[in-house]
Amino acid sequence: METMEEPPPAKSPDTQAQPSPDTTNEEPKASPPYIRVQDYCFWYGENQVLFDLNLDVQEKKVTALIGPSGCGKSTLLRNFNRMNDLVDDIRHKGDITIAGNSIYDPAVEIISLRKRVGMVFQKYNPFPKSIYENVIFSLRVAGRRNKAELDETVERSLKKAALWEEVKDRLHESALGLSGGQMQRLCIARAIANQPEILLMDEPCSALDPIATGKIEDLIDELRDQFTIIIVTHNMQQATRISDNTAFFYLGELIEYGETQQIFTNPKIKQTEDYVTGRFG
Amino acid sequence: MNQSKKEIPAGEPLVWLTSMGLVIGVTMVLYLLWIITVNGVTVFWPKPVYEIQLKEDSTEHVGGAKNFFGVITMEREKLSAEISGEGNDSTQEYQFFTGNKDLYDFMYKFISKEQVEKMHKPEEVLVGERLEYGSALFLPVRLELPEGKMIEKSDGNFMATLQKYLKEGNHRREEFTSIEKKDIGKINAEMEKIRIRGLALEKEHGEKAEELPVFSKLMKRQEALEKEYIVLEEEAGKLREKQEEVLLVYHTAAGEENTLPVAHFTDIYAPNQFGMSDKAGFFVRKFWAFLSENPREANMEGGIFPAIFGTFVMTVLMSIAVMPFGVVAAIYLREYAKQGFMVRSVRIAVNNLAGVPSIVFGVFGLGFFVYLMGGTIDSIFFKDRLLDNTPTFGTGGILWASLTLALMTVPVVVVATEEALASVPRGVREASLACGASKWQTIQRIVLPASAPGILTGLILAMARGAGEVAPLMLVGVVKLAPDLPLDMMAPFLHMERKFMHLGFHIYDLGFQSPDSEAAKPMVFATTFLLILLVVVMNLFAILIRNHLRKKYSSAVF
Repeated sequence: METMEEPPPAKSPDTQAQPSPDTTNEEPKASPPYIRVQDYCFWYGENQVLFDLNLDVQEKKVTALIGPSGCGKSTLLRNFNRMNDLVDDIRHKGDITIAGNSIYDPAVEIISLRKRVGMVFQKYNPFPKSIYENVIFSLRVAGRRNKAELDETVERSLKKAALWEEVKDRLHESALGLSGGQMQRLCIARAIANQPEILLMDEPCSALDPIATGKIEDLIDELRDQFTIIIVTHNMQQATRISDNTAFFYLGELIEYGETQQIFTNPKIKQTEDYVTGRFG
Repeated sequence: MNQSKKEIPAGEPLVWLTSMGLVIGVTMVLYLLWIITVNGVTVFWPKPVYEIQLKEDSTEHVGGAKNFFGVITMEREKLSAEISGEGNDSTQEYQFFTGNKDLYDFMYKFISKEQVEKMHKPEEVLVGERLEYGSALFLPVRLELPEGKMIEKSDGNFMATLQKYLKEGNHRREEFTSIEKKDIGKINAEMEKIRIRGLALEKEHGEKAEELPVFSKLMKRQEALEKEYIVLEEEAGKLREKQEEVLLVYHTAAGEENTLPVAHFTDIYAPNQFGMSDKAGFFVRKFWAFLSENPREANMEGGIFPAIFGTFVMTVLMSIAVMPFGVVAAIYLREYAKQGFMVRSVRIAVNNLAGVPSIVFGVFGLGFFVYLMGGTIDSIFFKDRLLDNTPTFGTGGILWASLTLALMTVPVVVVATEEALASVPRGVREASLACGASKWQTIQRIVLPASAPGILTGLILAMARGAGEVAPLMLVGVVKLAPDLPLDMMAPFLHMERKFMHLGFHIYDLGFQSPDSEAAKPMVFATTFLLILLVVVMNLFAILIRNHLRKKYSSAVF
């Protein structure tokens, strides 16, 4: 088992990025682990894809999952809101808890889990409905009908997604008439409409051009104080730009986890260093 | 160096074979449509009436004479192989429509071209469409009015007066038909109910039935109804009598005279005097009458409105039955059922159902729907009528016919729906689930609307298949001549147990079961034309809906 690290507690700006959980004296108390992955293994049929993962995601921070293709980062991400339950013949061992409650607890309804954990996919997938209907979809399926509430949600979510100015005059036109970048921002607005606590993003910019990518990254920056964001990305520059913590995966195992600064400038494990410097991946 | 030799990609020269196949297919369809349209539509276009003079020594005669009025309906090579070798006329023959079936015993006659001495078009000849014996071709002599008044042909306003009485006759006929069908019909229906109730009471209480107060109430009502009936019958009777008052005397080309009441004619016109706009107006009028009137004379004359209506109502009922059933079955097969042996078997069974001959469905419909279900319904709800040996639902009717056809077209809808559901991209489903929707909400809000165009395609195919099938209908509810429409103004408005008429069956009946097949031929083509038109219109309607939905719901993302 590879060494793995607890994410260091919140540091004051002038201390160096030295991982030493024990030498903190003047820093504030470590924030409690918000999402905890404990000894987690996962199988697709006979095929094991995640091996004994242990990971603590901090609240209201951006955590990036990086690693070469096929290393299991998307699989782990999709397990946070149990999207993999759609696949037949899966199996897991260990546990994932959010604020202390296991997501596999039979008393927990998957639907209510998904209301607390929003997701943005790699390829933008707006519904073939109007922009308005797209944003409030999660409210509609939850049964909320109050028009004032819906209108307010649309405006708030589109503003947060930095899309409001561009579409406020055509809310009832088809969402399919937007550009790629706009559609992805619409998907983000849709994901945050019901005010989830956690936002999962699976390579959200991989299908977009650099300008649109830049806009999405700015957006993530603005959202970081309101949501706990976990983002899977292939783009290491993107990870350095936007994330607070980074986890490096390889072949289903968590190799190293720590503050982004530290992972990219001073990685502890050789494999991490090889990957971030581009020697493989 | 061979500069003109180009590189031909492998297989390309054979591409023309595929286009050839397409061209042949399209040509055949167009040719079929052309034949049907030409034969079907020209039925309504007014043709000139000739006076034909046969040669003195001719072996043929019409009504004992050598001259007659006729319309050329066909020219062709003689079917018998005699060729006398004397030029073309001896090998060809005309088919004439001679009319006047009451005088000649036939309406159509083949006459060899060489037998004809001359033909010319008399201006004054009239064609009169009648209630019996088809049309008459004649020259008028005089009108005989009540109280001995007469108007001769030579009189200036003869034609105007004739048309006036003709119109009156048509109106009066509408009136007494309405009295007989609607008013008397209602009384008959109620009296029937009373009679059945009386029978039921008698069965229950035997001799004592007559002492029951409810029984005497029924009897009183029946008396009142009978009185009403007599009054109405008198009224209708008077009208009918009046129809016989004004008489038209006319004669054929050979001079044979005949007298008929003007009210026995539905239309009289002089085709040889028609200008272009007259002909066009005539065509529109006749076509409209064809569409809107009831049939006369064993379905050979008059209109086919009941058949159009019956076909339409049955197709609509069939669509209403098949859509929910097929769509729900497909949703379950594709979305909810665990994909395994059972589901695969069900799918194979559904596909094979599409290959079962339609008459087998008819037999199944008869046994299951008519006898089993209909019989059960009758024994529970309509016991009284059964006493009288008139089953209500235990016999063929429009409900059972629609259900039988729905069963026949279910595979089409199931397959089309499954395809449509499968083609909804995965990303959109996942997004819906990630928003916290349940599986059913995803299907209801996202998947179904997106597959709506494909589902409608299934409906179009089902309608096309159902509207054209005839064999199963013959067993479960279609008749040659239905007394009423399945949908009318009397509660409960949609009469599910009634037998109905159907265009496809009508074609079969006319073509093979009619007493005079030559007379029926124009009707066969016209009805075929109309059936194709009806199916095309219904399909166009569905296609329009589908296009509208496509624009609304098309997912441009994948």
